Amino acid sequence: MSRSQKRPVEGLQIDGFTLGKLLHRGGFATIWEVTHPDHARPMVMKVPTILDGDDGPTIVGFEIEQMILPRLSGPHVPQVIASGDFAVMPYLVTEKLPGASFQELFDRAPLPLAELVPLAAEIAAALHEIHRQRVIHLDLKPGNLMRNEAGRLVLIDYGLARHLDLPDLLGEEFAIPMGTFPYIAPEQYLHHRDDPRSDIFALGAMLYELATGKLPFGQTTTLRAVRRRLWRDPVPPYAVNPDLPPWLQEIILRALEVEPEERFQSAAQMAFDLEHPDQVRLTQRASKRQQDGFWQGLKRRWRARRIRGYEAPPVPGDAIRAQVVMAAVDLSPEMEALSQEILAATREILHFRPEARLACVNVLRTARIQLDQGTDESGNNLHVARLVALKAWGEALGLPEGRVTYTVLEAPDPGNALTEHATRILADHIVMGARASSALRRYLGSVSAQVVAEAPCTVTIVRLPAPAA
Amino acid sequence: MRIALISDIHGNREALEAVLADARARDIGRFVVLGDIVGYGPDPDWCVARVQALQAEGALVIQGNHDAAIEGSARDMNGTARAAIDWTRPRLSAARSAWLSALPLTIAEEDRFYAHASAHCPGDWIYITSERGAMASFRSCDASLTFCGHVHEPALYSCDRGGRVQAHAVKPRMPVPLLSSRRWLVVAGSVGQPRDGSPQAGWVIFDTRSRELSFRRTPYDYVLTAGKIQAAGLPEDLALRLRTGR
Repeated sequence: MSRSQKRPVEGLQIDGFTLGKLLHRGGFATIWEVTHPDHARPMVMKVPTILDGDDGPTIVGFEIEQMILPRLSGPHVPQVIASGDFAVMPYLVTEKLPGASFQELFDRAPLPLAELVPLAAEIAAALHEIHRQRVIHLDLKPGNLMRNEAGRLVLIDYGLARHLDLPDLLGEEFAIPMGTFPYIAPEQYLHHRDDPRSDIFALGAMLYELATGKLPFGQTTTLRAVRRRLWRDPVPPYAVNPDLPPWLQEIILRALEVEPEERFQSAAQMAFDLEHPDQVRLTQRASKRQQDGFWQGLKRRWRARRIRGYEAPPVPGDAIRAQVVMAAVDLSPEMEALSQEILAATREILHFRPEARLACVNVLRTARIQLDQGTDESGNNLHVARLVALKAWGEALGLPEGRVTYTVLEAPDPGNALTEHATRILADHIVMGARASSALRRYLGSVSAQVVAEAPCTVTIVRLPAPAA
Repeated sequence: MRIALISDIHGNREALEAVLADARARDIGRFVVLGDIVGYGPDPDWCVARVQALQAEGALVIQGNHDAAIEGSARDMNGTARAAIDWTRPRLSAARSAWLSALPLTIAEEDRFYAHASAHCPGDWIYITSERGAMASFRSCDASLTFCGHVHEPALYSCDRGGRVQAHAVKPRMPVPLLSSRRWLVVAGSVGQPRDGSPQAGWVIFDTRSRELSFRRTPYDYVLTAGKIQAAGLPEDLALRLRTGR
């Protein structure tokens, strides 16, 4: 097949783009500043370094990016402006992200908790947004995190990524597991490229680094060393940094579990825990003070000899969903029958979604203008009483601790509050009730109708069966 | 422009009508019929007439092995296929039979190449069912895109710049960008007799502007077609296959 016709140099004109300064020369590609009369924004062009003859992985990485990146959207992905034909010169033009990657920030680790926790939650939420679009990144690391002009977190470099609905060009073609060794998950060592929970592992490794200033498995440079993580657990973060709270160690070690099914089942669940530390269920991970003993390690190593892979997600691509179900319930006496109906509907949904967590929510309606904000004792009592009632309602489901959380929202506009909360906790399904049609409802407007119209996800509306006419 | 690639109609009127109706709703600018308009199915005459009408409107039509066997020899075919050809011959007018015989084996258009079985020795009717089979086709022609039928099971292969051939899993509906960095071979599946476990008619849309390929499945009334096959006295197996898609 004919080789590409053009080579990138400063001043080269191609498809209306003019190449400016060379910004970066990497092992696989060069990155150029470019301008175009139709595009005012700052842009960069990535051009793969194609050597003469056969250089498989470089090209495949570029092909994958060319295939996947234009199919992603949203604030957490670099926006694609154009891509070039291989017959002339392969390239990819994207928006130019200001500043540098997060590598410098990670070099400053350990970070104070007040900085670390919101950042980690932000990365997890951005990752969930990518997963939701059926893409697994598979090369998450500090160098692949940046911010855009608006300050939003952007995940860059999709050269190793996998789109679950598109052919995997990397597939079985390359014998070496790809990825950045200190961060890749055990199953990536085993050539698995279809589990979104691999990204959760990398996120756990980054979080470990942010919390301790050290990498969980050290500066891994060889495949042999990567293989060790099939049986060797990292030094617990607390042993490196005793200032860490148990809940954070719980989150980090859970994300770094060897078996994907022991990790968070979605990035959204991880984001949820980072935002609700008081509701993190602590296990023996939280109190671990040292690595597992020699014999335990040896036992796992013995077992690891035979491991070729791990349990896939229960439904293919299931971890793509947030796995957060939000149940909104009105606990006033006249709504008691409806609240029981919502409970039954929630039980059914959770039965078919064993990985999903439940967030129980109740709205405490406040006056639009609050004269007594925050200080009123009776107001506080009301909040606590609602929380107690909400827990009593939810406990009837018999869910294990850690699978269910309870939140009372105080807001003047319940519909708005529910939609905002669902967006914040990345819920993928809302269950709520609707009153029977009535003059009062027509007069007040319907909370459920508002949520249905504005919610970012599926909504199930529960109704009491109407008596026969 | 969006091109609909339809192959292996095999005298199945209901399937062809359903696919054409589906295609009309999907903004198709051109049809390419990849051969085997007749054989197996109960409505060869109607299907040939319909494809001739498509051709008059600008469709490209190439010849398949069953089409060639009408005026040629059915010696190399299995018993069922041969019996169906013998049943079909007297049901086509001389003019239609001659039209089938005169169809070209391959057509090249821009960077696209159309053949019924393979670009490699197209008249030998080789089945491409593996990367090895695809490689022979890639080596025989330098078009960026080759479209075939013949196998009755949709498939997608790519050949990278190093000459490595890879088979890719096929998902219905999801558009796949056929990157210009590789050459691609598309096996379109079968309209009139799918054999991949789904009885729905299989075909393909290719968008020349976005270079996106979508494998489509269109439901049709196969119970009706299967009944016609039985009523016509064609081999019983042919009716069963339509119900199971095997």
